[in-house]
Amino acid sequence: MGGEQAGKTGAEDWLEIGGRRFRSRFILGSGKFSLEMTRAVLENAGAEMATLAVRRANVGGEENILDYMPPGITLLPNTSGARTAEEALRIARLAREIGCGDFVKIEVVRDTKYLLPDNYETARATEMAAREGFIALPYMYPDLSAARDMAQAGAAAIMPLGAPIGSNQGLLTREFIRILVEEIDLPIIVDAGIGRPSQACEAMEIGAAAVMANTAIATAGDAAVMACAFKSAIEAGRLAWLAGPGRVLERRAEAASPLTGFLR
Amino acid sequence: MTDSPLMAEVLAAARAADFASFTAADARAALERETLRPADLAALLSPAALSLLEDMARRARAATIKYFGNAVALFTPLYIANYCENECVYCGFNCRNKIRRGRLSPEEMAAEMENIASTGLKEILLLTGESRRQSGVDYIGAAVAMARRYFTVGVEIYPLDTAEYAYLHEQGADFVSVYQETYDPEIYAAVHRRGPKRAYAYRFQAQERALRGGMRGVAVGALLGLGDYRRDALAAGLHAFLLQKHYPHAEISFSVPRLRPYARDTLKEGRAVFGHPAGRGVGERELLQVMLAFRLFMPFAGITISTRERAGFRDHVLGLCATKISAGVTVGVGGRALAEKGDGQFEISDPRGVGAMRAAIRARGLQPVFRDHLYV
Repeated sequence: MGGEQAGKTGAEDWLEIGGRRFRSRFILGSGKFSLEMTRAVLENAGAEMATLAVRRANVGGEENILDYMPPGITLLPNTSGARTAEEALRIARLAREIGCGDFVKIEVVRDTKYLLPDNYETARATEMAAREGFIALPYMYPDLSAARDMAQAGAAAIMPLGAPIGSNQGLLTREFIRILVEEIDLPIIVDAGIGRPSQACEAMEIGAAAVMANTAIATAGDAAVMACAFKSAIEAGRLAWLAGPGRVLERRAEAASPLTGFLR
Repeated sequence: MTDSPLMAEVLAAARAADFASFTAADARAALERETLRPADLAALLSPAALSLLEDMARRARAATIKYFGNAVALFTPLYIANYCENECVYCGFNCRNKIRRGRLSPEEMAAEMENIASTGLKEILLLTGESRRQSGVDYIGAAVAMARRYFTVGVEIYPLDTAEYAYLHEQGADFVSVYQETYDPEIYAAVHRRGPKRAYAYRFQAQERALRGGMRGVAVGALLGLGDYRRDALAAGLHAFLLQKHYPHAEISFSVPRLRPYARDTLKEGRAVFGHPAGRGVGERELLQVMLAFRLFMPFAGITISTRERAGFRDHVLGLCATKISAGVTVGVGGRALAEKGDGQFEISDPRGVGAMRAAIRARGLQPVFRDHLYV
């Protein structure tokens, strides 16, 4: 993805997933704040895509998240609650049935304590969903082999976690995400764990194609203002990536005697 | 009695706990740990920790927001039968009590469920007394199959075998609540005088069988006040902790019922057993301490708050530590669409209906959640 940096300006910079183009690189989660706030937060975030848990969708019923999603937002329903690939596929189909479209964030989790994704089942689910025409975005632990499997299986983007979900701990998996950015020819969207705008900015600086956040916004003193802060940080990080960061000397100056001074 | 490794571990730890030995400094250290260990739970349940209740509340609130956001799930119980074969001295359904017994016919069940569905609720807990003769597994299975057409379905019934849980799961149930009442084997034997419920170990292992039968989640709890509530809360916490460890995919939740007034005859018997009115010692402060300790110990676990508690208490624990609340509750058999067919199990303190409950949740800046589960 390194070539992307060459000569692009903000004006022609689009995020492309599954044949759709997005101007915004901020994907918003919706599970942790009041439904009435959804619109304001989305607007302040400038987000064009929002996730929602299919299991929370109460179609035709009370407090239905789908009723609060503004028109024009691309829905990214997730398969939260799935413990196997088969369950994830059933939830994806349900999402399509209730009008969420073809995008699906594949989540397969077999641990209720940390909610860490199961990469193996996630790769299987990605393959099954892609075969049925879904635009599948697998949420995964940033493992290169698993990411390759998911890309091979037809994923439209890869969503590695930065830290355990909800932890606001930031880019704990920074180096592994950087490797995915380097090696996988798909958008790498950092999902989960991003707690502060500076961390979102850093994820974008190392080449993430987008950032997803929810808890960081929901637990802020003012969710709408924090959404705004994230928007700016993500844009800044993106511009930095496009600009190509300058060289940073990681160590103090080396000793003066050259190691190659013996050459004639 | 100790053929389950979980049970042996829980009982040993509960027996060994010396709550009086903890100082406020011990409780403070437990509170400040990032991930709490079982010993920390004991410290937070100690009398010394009561002085830190406000600090516990602050940390619990942060944990609740982190793991659950501002979501509060709504559900309602439906008692489909109240026949019982057990003689439990503290319970309104005690088989020796002269109360009206009944069970809902399929038509009555349908009417009750339609009525509940019309309130907007999407989650139901089906309950029976403990009588395999009068409310057999097939009968419960039929109720589950009917309920799944409207609701996410949980059951709170007598303990079953793994194959029976698998059958109820196939019918559409995904959650099982079984309360050990008290984890103290001696008090357990004393208060469960007769009937199949006397089988302590079979009850203790119900959650494990339910999970092996394919259920998604299980609830644990003790009837606080029956035995030493600190010890019982510690045991319930460890039970939940070990269930999650052995079945990491399982959704674990706590219930924290306090002993409430029950039918007058059993009250007298209760006095005879305990030498004092049961439930002594578990005030609201103590109940809150238990709830906060559970939240801090297992921040990802659900906590359900019962209608046994008053509205003001229930409202304030939402967002603080509780994540699920019942609304529009009746504890008799049926009683919503049709006249009650059987008497209730206990007295409720919060009679609010779904609309009022929803408004109360919103008034606290929280988000009522009607649906949070898919049967896959």
